[in-house]
This record gives sequence, structure tokens and C-alpha cells, in this order.
Amino acid sequence: MSEILPMSLLPSLLAAYDRERENLIPLLQKMQESFHCLSPETVKAVADHLHLSENDVYGVATFYSQIRFIPPGRHHIRVCDGTACHVRGSDRILEAVEKSTGVQPGQTSEDGSFSVERVACFGSCALAPVMVVDDKVFGRMTGTATRKLIEGKE
Amino acid sequence: MSFASIQQTAKEEWRQFEQYDRRRVLVGSATCGRAAGSQEVLRAFKKELITNNLLNQTDLYEVGCMGLCYAEVLVELRGTDGQRVLYQGVTPKDVSHLVESHLINNQIHKPLALAVVTSEFNGELPEFSELPFSKPQVRIVLRNCGIIDPTNVNHYIARGGYNGLARAVTLTQDQVIEEIKESGLRGRGGAGFPTGIKWAFARNVADEKKYVICNADEGDPGAFMDRSVLEGDPHAVLEGLVIAGYAIGANTGYVYCRAEYPLAVNRLTGAIAQMHEHGLLGQNIMGSGFSFEIHIKKGAGAFVCGEETSLMQSIEGKRAMPKPKPPFPAVSGLFGKPTNINNVETLAAVSAIMERGAAWYAGYGTEKSRGTKTFALAGKINRTGLIEVPLGTSLRTIIEEIGGGVPEGKKLKAVQTGGPSGGCIPDSFIESPVDYEHLAEVGSIMGSGGMIVIDEESCMVDMARYFLTFTENESCGKCAPCRMGTQHLLKILTDITEGRGEPSDLEKLRQIGATMRNGSLCGLGQTAANPVLTTLKYYEEEYLAHITDKKCPAGVCRDLIDFTIDVDQCTGCGACVLACPVNAIHGARKESHYIDKQMCIRCGSCRQACKFEAVLVI
Ligand SMILES: Cc1cc2nc3c(=O)[nH]c(=O)nc-3n(C[C@H](O)[C@H](O)[C@H](O)COP(=O)(O)O)c2cc1C
Repeated sequence: MSEILPMSLLPSLLAAYDRERENLIPLLQKMQESFHCLSPETVKAVADHLHLSENDVYGVATFYSQIRFIPPGRHHIRVCDGTACHVRGSDRILEAVEKSTGVQPGQTSEDGSFSVERVACFGSCALAPVMVVDDKVFGRMTGTATRKLIEGKE
Repeated sequence: MSFASIQQTAKEEWRQFEQYDRRRVLVGSATCGRAAGSQEVLRAFKKELITNNLLNQTDLYEVGCMGLCYAEVLVELRGTDGQRVLYQGVTPKDVSHLVESHLINNQIHKPLALAVVTSEFNGELPEFSELPFSKPQVRIVLRNCGIIDPTNVNHYIARGGYNGLARAVTLTQDQVIEEIKESGLRGRGGAGFPTGIKWAFARNVADEKKYVICNADEGDPGAFMDRSVLEGDPHAVLEGLVIAGYAIGANTGYVYCRAEYPLAVNRLTGAIAQMHEHGLLGQNIMGSGFSFEIHIKKGAGAFVCGEETSLMQSIEGKRAMPKPKPPFPAVSGLFGKPTNINNVETLAAVSAIMERGAAWYAGYGTEKSRGTKTFALAGKINRTGLIEVPLGTSLRTIIEEIGGGVPEGKKLKAVQTGGPSGGCIPDSFIESPVDYEHLAEVGSIMGSGGMIVIDEESCMVDMARYFLTFTENESCGKCAPCRMGTQHLLKILTDITEGRGEPSDLEKLRQIGATMRNGSLCGLGQTAANPVLTTLKYYEEEYLAHITDKKCPAGVCRDLIDFTIDVDQCTGCGACVLACPVNAIHGARKESHYIDKQMCIRCGSCRQACKFEAVLVI
């Protein structure tokens, strides 16, 4: 993940986008990429830029699972629960992740060290079951291997 | 520059690429290859070539998915004698051996060699096209994947690329549509609607502004065909999109791509820039007077976006909820304008058909299902991979020949096709030809091409619950049958797998399923009950075992099973003790162990860790 940008850059980020509704989702993605998650401040700025109500923007932002309102942890753990991973035991992997980090999918630990996400499919089915830690793919995982991996990150 | 002279330059570049006696390294670097470590292997080659002073005498390329996912990282090497060999399971520490034997000494490095690619050198190694994995396959959509450098438009052009577009613009719109109709091509996005007929609808609506869309949302879990094509041969898809635009009279195209596919987005962006440079996009393409532009839209994570009307809402910057049809997109689609939408694979077939002709394409497949179809073969199968076969190929050929059967001598139980909209085909139908009609006959669907092999260790009730967890989560909530139906199905299935099932539940599942099929607004809800209904049809006894005996015969549903250690088999090695996440296994070293049933969470980690099959499910 790239560094969080300072909020002072917000106006110049917005300015790169025409004031058309078609740009709403690309703008939300840009905000998330730049500030790692959305905030009331960025939602308001996007709404003003596109002449939309904040309600409308929240409605769209909360519809899509990629858009976050909680910042991810220093280590972002994604556990694949695609069909191939499921038949090869991905629930054991998720369980091991939850136990080792104390974090449920969709949440970030209080000290900000871990966040956990469950995703529908990475398409790396040959390596099932798969997990991705900070964009590095770990394939053919077991519960034990998962615990070791996470202990190494703490 | 005219297209003929572009082709000339491209052919010259390809000739150099294929030059017989020049050393070459091709590393399979699609997402699957990268996950297996292709970037590390690539770096190791670079380093090793520098060490040996060979870097400027060797061509080093990343290519797309070669299809043999089980054998990643795949590397094809060509030495100075022209011998081309495909190596499998390559890791960075193998690289120095490979360079020394194959690239320096022209000797095959046997431990990793999978096949020879060039036919003149057989003998000790099988030829690639003769491998059981390759032999039944016909690669039309995947014609260039793993063969060309996907970032180089000249490679695509040299192999016949953009000939289809060059031909299309010399025909009338109706002639192009007629050609696609004659090819028998049906939409590969799931529903199988004839592509030529769909184009004619949009063509026949008069409007100044029309759109064509490429649906690259590929949301089915277990499906990665579209991604592989976009990563390995983006121009094949984009050429198809331009042809579709020409045929219906649209000047603007969109590619709507899942945000989870960053490499595909990258390849598309690069490809579009190259098309502009070569006059294949923009004003007056190939001097035909036809103008066309393509925009890329990244999805934001919602399965329902794959549904065409939702996808258009999403492009417009709205919540992606489906709209009732009619009006169909051909009449009122994106921004209220006539719109044609096709799947990635459909469009990659279109460019091939326009190049080589309808009759050639229609020569593959069956009477009603023409051509070829790609499948992502995964699950409990020896050779996981991306494959393409003529429609009508039998399930047995796909599972046993191409896929090499079920691993560890386990028994095949079912094949799941069509993802969360599809169903489970029991092993008794293994001789069935795979085409639209036969899959529908057995209660499943072709879907987009995910094919998951299930063995005896999977519980069919759990599979149904798994898919409903997915659809319940992804239901957009707009219409009640889908929103509430998925919730109820999931609740009943959860009850059954957790031991609270009742005999009347089966009838309830069937009724809710029928209501959802008839009453839901879009395909998501209409098909969401399929995984339940097909498993209920073929595996009713397994449901009943959960409900009446409170047992899970496959040993999956945790509340209905117990683990125990077979004292005769246990060697006291302690592997299970280390694997147990809750410290529920006790026993002295080298003596047989036991499981504390109170503490056990029945995760099965011990069973997976045991090398002596001493952990039993009861
Ligand atoms: C819930 C749902 C998800 C879908 N997902 C996809 C998808 O990921 N890719 C796709 O091409 N079509 C998908 N479709 C089908 C599209 O609505 C549409 O039929 C297709 O893109 C048409 O292209 P084709 O005629 O080339 O198959 C989906 C349909 C539904 C109901």
C-alpha cells in the first residue's frame, strides 16, 4: 500500500475529475487509494464536487464491498473463500487467522496491527487454499502454517 | 501508416522473436504464475544471465497463462540449437541449473522438464501437444495466451490479429452480423444467448448514440477464464469489442473490469494506448470512416455488477441494482441509449471468427453449441488449469484425461458448474457431453466456465450452504424474493448442517427455491436456489442423514461429527498436538494420543496433519 497522502491534497485530487456522476465510483476509489479509507470529510468533498447529496454518496459507497470506512491494519490479511478453496478447507484457515489475530473479517485490531478480510475468489485456485498477506500470496495453506505466518508478523 | 505496413513490421518482429538459434526465456506470469512466484524466478534468470554474460544474447519475456496452473511456475527455454522445452515447478534455486544445462550446454534439465514444444526433437520427452492435458484441447479464445508477449501489439498482429477488424470494416454492418450468426456463437457470460441475434437487436434500433460494453466482471468464485484472456491476450478482446461497435453502429465502448484484477486493468490500459498509436482506435479506423473509443471502468466489489443492467447502473455511478426488462439494453441501456453487452470470451471468439470465417468456427462443437469453451478446472483434481475444449467434449475427457482425475485415489463425487447460479452434476453423469443443452438437462448450467471437482470428502449440504452464504451476502436487496429467499434458504441449510434440521425442511427448500426462480428480478435471485435444488435432487439421502440421523456422512459438518484417535495406528509422533489450535490432544511421546472431546472444536487440523491416518471421523 502507498503512503497516506496529506488531506491538503484533497482539492487537487478532486480537480482531476469532471463534475459528472459517472465519476463518482472512480473518485471514491481515488479517495480510498490516497487516504486508505473514506471519512465524513472526503465524502462531503466528493458530494460537493459532483453536486450530489452526502446521502447519495454514502448510499453508493456502502453498496460496494471494496469501499472502506475503517483504515486497514499494518498487515492486511485476506483469506480466500472461493469454491476451490472451500473444498480444500479454507474455513480452517480463516479460523486460524481469527484466533491468531483476534480479528473478525471486516475489522481491524485495536492496536492497528492487523485487519482481516474474507474474499470470494482470487482465482489462484491451483494453490488452494490461499491467503494473501500484504499483497503476497501464500498457497496450499494449513491451519498450522497460518498460525506460524501470523506469529512471524507480530 | 497503412495496416499492411504495420503487419509487415509486426511480422519482422515476430520473426526475430521466433528466431531459431537465439536463446530465449519465457516465464508464465499471469496472476496465477505470479502467485506461485514467477516474479522471483524472472529476477533469478536476469541475475544468472548477467553472471554468465548472456543477458544481451538472450530474450527474456513474461507471457500470459499457459494453462497448466498445477505446474506453475512454468518456464519455456530455447537454447542455441533451437530446442524448446517447457519446465514445470521452477523455483529461483533451480534457475542456475536451467541456465547452465539448457541455455549454455543445450542439454535438457531432466528433473523439471515437462515436454518439448518443437516437434523436431522428440525422443526422451513427450511433445507438448501430445500430453493428455493438451491433446483434447482446441485453443481459439486462448490462441495466444502463453505464446505471445501480451504487452506487445506487434506479436498479436503478426499472428493474425486485427485481420478480423480489417475484414469487418470492408463489409456492411449487416454482413458482419450475418457472419456472427452463421458461426453459431452463443454468449459465454452464462446465459448462452446467440451473439449475432443480440447484435441485430441493437443494430436495428435507430439512435445517434449507442454503446458496446465488454463484461469483464467475472464474479463467480472459482472462475478465472476471463482474467487469463485479459492478462494473456488483451487485444483479442478489444478487437472483438471494436468489431461489435462497428456492427451495431456504436462509437463508444466500455470495458467493465473487476477491481480485483489489477494486472488485467494494466494490460488493457497498455493495449488501448497501442491501438491508438497504430490507428486501430480513434478517428477513421483503417481508413474506413468508422471511429471508435474505449474507456475502462473498474468495479468496486459487488457480484451483482456482473448482471448487465446492474453493470450499467454502476458505470453511471449509481448503486448497482438491476432493472426490470423490458426495456432490454438493446433499446434502452447505458445512459438510456441502445447498448450491446458481451462477455470477454465471447468477444475474443468474435475476433477469431471475423479473421477465419464463420464456417471454420462452426466446424467445432455440436449442432446447437458451436465452437469452443474455456473452463477453469479446479478443486479436487490433479491438474488444475485453464482449458479450452470443443463444446460437446465429455465430462470424463475433461476430468480424467485433461485433469488427470481426483488426487490421492479418492472417489469423484460431483462436478460443480456455473458457480452460485449452477448446480452439482453427480459422477454418474460423467459421460455427458458438456454443452448448453446437456448441462441444463441434468439441472446445472454452463455458466461462465468455473468447473469445480468435488470428491467424497465434501458434504453436499455444506456445498449448498456455502453457495447460499455467497448469494445471501451478494443479493442487492432490491426485490423481496431474492433478498428474503436467500436469507431463508441459508437459515434452513445452516440449521440442517448444525443438527437442527427437520424433515419438513426439504419441502420448504423446494418451495422457496421455486418462488425465487419465478419471482426474482434478475438472474442472481432466479438462479440462487440452483445449488440447493440440484443437490437435493441427487443427494437427498445425504440431507436426510443430517436431519434424521444427525450425522454428516462426508465428515464435514462439525456439529454432527466427532474425532477420535485409532490407538492401533497412532505412533505418538505428536504432529496432531502441534496442529491442534485449542490444545485438545494429549498423550506421552511415542505412545498413542487421545482427543479431549470437551475442548475439541472439530476443525479437522489433526486429521490433516496425521501421516498415519490415525485420526478418524465418527
Ligand atoms: C448475478 C449475475 C452475474 C453475472 N456475472 C457475469 C459476469 O461476471 N460476466 C459476464 O460476462 N456475464 C455475467 N452475467 C451475465 C450478464 O448479465 C450478461 O448476460 C452477459 O454479460 C452477456 O454477454 P454474452 O451474451 O456475451 O454472454 C451475470 C448475470 C447475473 C444475473
